Amino acid sequence: MRSGWWRSMSAAALLLWGGLQVASAMEPIRIGAFLTLTGPSASLGDPELKTLRSYIADLNAKGGVIGRTIELHDCDTGGNAQQAIACVKRLIEQDRVDLLIGGSTTGDTMAVIPAVEQARIPLISLAGGIEIIDPVKHWVFKTPHTDRMAVAKIYANLRKRGLTKVALITGDGGFDQSGRAQLHQLAPQYGIAIVADETYGNQDADMTAQLARIKASNAQAIINFGFGQAPAVVTRDAKQLGITLPLYQSHGVVSQSFIEQAGAAAEGVRLPAAALVVAEQLPDANPQKPVLLAYKRRYESQYGPVSTFGGHAYDGLMIAVAAIRRAGDVDKAKLRDEIERTSGLIGVAGVFEMTPEDHVGLNADAFRMVEIHNGSWRLLP
Amino acid sequence: MPEQLFQFLLTGITVGSLYALVGLGFALIYNASDVVNFAQGEFVMLGAMLTIALLGAGLPLPLAALAATGLTVLVGLLLERFAIEPALGAPVVSTIIITIGAAIFLRGAALLLWGKDFHRLPAFSGDAPIQLGSATLLPQSLWVLGGTALLVLGVRFFFERTRPGKALLACSYNRTAAQLVGINVRVMLRLAYGLSAGLGALAGILIAPITFSSYEAGVMLGLKGFSAAIVGGMGNPMGAVVGGLLLGVLESLGAGLISSGYKDAIAFLFVLMVLFFEPTGLFGHKVAERV
Repeated sequence: MRSGWWRSMSAAALLLWGGLQVASAMEPIRIGAFLTLTGPSASLGDPELKTLRSYIADLNAKGGVIGRTIELHDCDTGGNAQQAIACVKRLIEQDRVDLLIGGSTTGDTMAVIPAVEQARIPLISLAGGIEIIDPVKHWVFKTPHTDRMAVAKIYANLRKRGLTKVALITGDGGFDQSGRAQLHQLAPQYGIAIVADETYGNQDADMTAQLARIKASNAQAIINFGFGQAPAVVTRDAKQLGITLPLYQSHGVVSQSFIEQAGAAAEGVRLPAAALVVAEQLPDANPQKPVLLAYKRRYESQYGPVSTFGGHAYDGLMIAVAAIRRAGDVDKAKLRDEIERTSGLIGVAGVFEMTPEDHVGLNADAFRMVEIHNGSWRLLP
Repeated sequence: MPEQLFQFLLTGITVGSLYALVGLGFALIYNASDVVNFAQGEFVMLGAMLTIALLGAGLPLPLAALAATGLTVLVGLLLERFAIEPALGAPVVSTIIITIGAAIFLRGAALLLWGKDFHRLPAFSGDAPIQLGSATLLPQSLWVLGGTALLVLGVRFFFERTRPGKALLACSYNRTAAQLVGINVRVMLRLAYGLSAGLGALAGILIAPITFSSYEAGVMLGLKGFSAAIVGGMGNPMGAVVGGLLLGVLESLGAGLISSGYKDAIAFLFVLMVLFFEPTGLFGHKVAERV
């Protein structure tokens, strides 16, 4: 009688425990995304969120990851650092997410790093600035190329053409300023002399005054590191002043709208770009080509023209999913270790080879030098 | 250097006339109601964006521009009728806050309609730069300069030679007295909003090929236009034009001769100095408080 009671009790406890196990196995994996869905950097966050939604829906339709569905929690930072911190606190404390993706901008990402490190939760940033991963932060990773790689690519291309004297013209945004710092830092290494250094406000409608000064200098090429409509104004005004020096733009303008805005003046402009914009022109043997084309087709069939920013979100999600699969659960420390072990993952930005010293895992080869030719991007050899 | 100086001046006058056009709209509404209409920049944005949208829908440019101006005037009238008029008699500050709200609303509506991208209106007569000695000018700049001159003359004619214009001025000097001599202040207010919306739209259409346009384009233009209006003396349309040109030339000379990093600082320092020494602006009518 007594042993029967015990037996039934332990059977019940076993059932209960088993039930809990099943329940936790059914518990969704929660991914928190804090992106700039409004404000001046809205063109970044918008394709990023669309990409995350599309691929998470796809993963869930295929039965989820490690038998669990993925739940996306998103939060709009508006490109405001204070709001980004509030977003991250909400995602960690209220939504209890297992992993963070985001910071569309370097400013947003840098602002949340202290909170992320304190909460000991892995963060995959979608922003360009090198300071995010240099020096390496234990919990922080990122998927886009750094601006340093873009600068290295531009300088290497200049040397190939035998040009050594450059004029810089940059805006007053964070992206511009970070790029300008890298341009100054890397110049000696490539034997480049900066002979003019002009700036402008990102909302300015006219840059002819700055360009007239550059025209009067002895520069052999112009580098414009900028974002939004300002680079289009620079390109147009350079043409207006009859400046025939080679003009280099940064990866910040890789979008069809830049070509549309700058019009005929954009012809011949060179810039480092992610392989996505020239996916069709890559040789068939390139292992990245099928990944790029698949992403492009999927995005364009759902939302319209693809942008590299959405590609960064794709890479972030794929790195996270692969790490979750390898870890077999979403224990934060285990997940972090697995993200750091990402190796040979072919993404939209390039092939990721992360190490404890390198939390982005891309090299300058991930950038392609492209030239605008007949209103579209042409891959340079 | 002198040939560069000429380029800086040309640039400054072009940019300055953009500011002048926006400032003109500010002055107009201020004249009628003592209110600074912070939705003025949004009228400019609406004119540009509507033209781009209508052009995209297949309308020829003159027709698209005309329709866009008409639609913006309608928006201005609706704004006056449903947001400003119900608050008639409220303190000026409340009305100004209403216009800020209207600006945010219009920006939001534009965001929903046209998305976050920058849009470009093709230049009216090509992109081939015009050579003037050693300096160059875009053909569109001539359109802006010519358009500004025409609109300024038009506004001047309106205020000095037409009955509604004189009635509007009368409202600005003394609203009660104007009412006593039989001027319908409500109608005048509507007229002012409709006119300044139309003026803003025309400005937007003229400058869109130079500045590009997006749902947020009104913010910066509004700010610069407002500065132009206060430098010139709030409520004096000709003052706003001079203020705009001064601001533009100073910015361009600052960027060209001193440092491009301090360009805005130089221009705004000038605004501060003007307000410091001439609180009513360069051409503002001196107000004598009667005790």
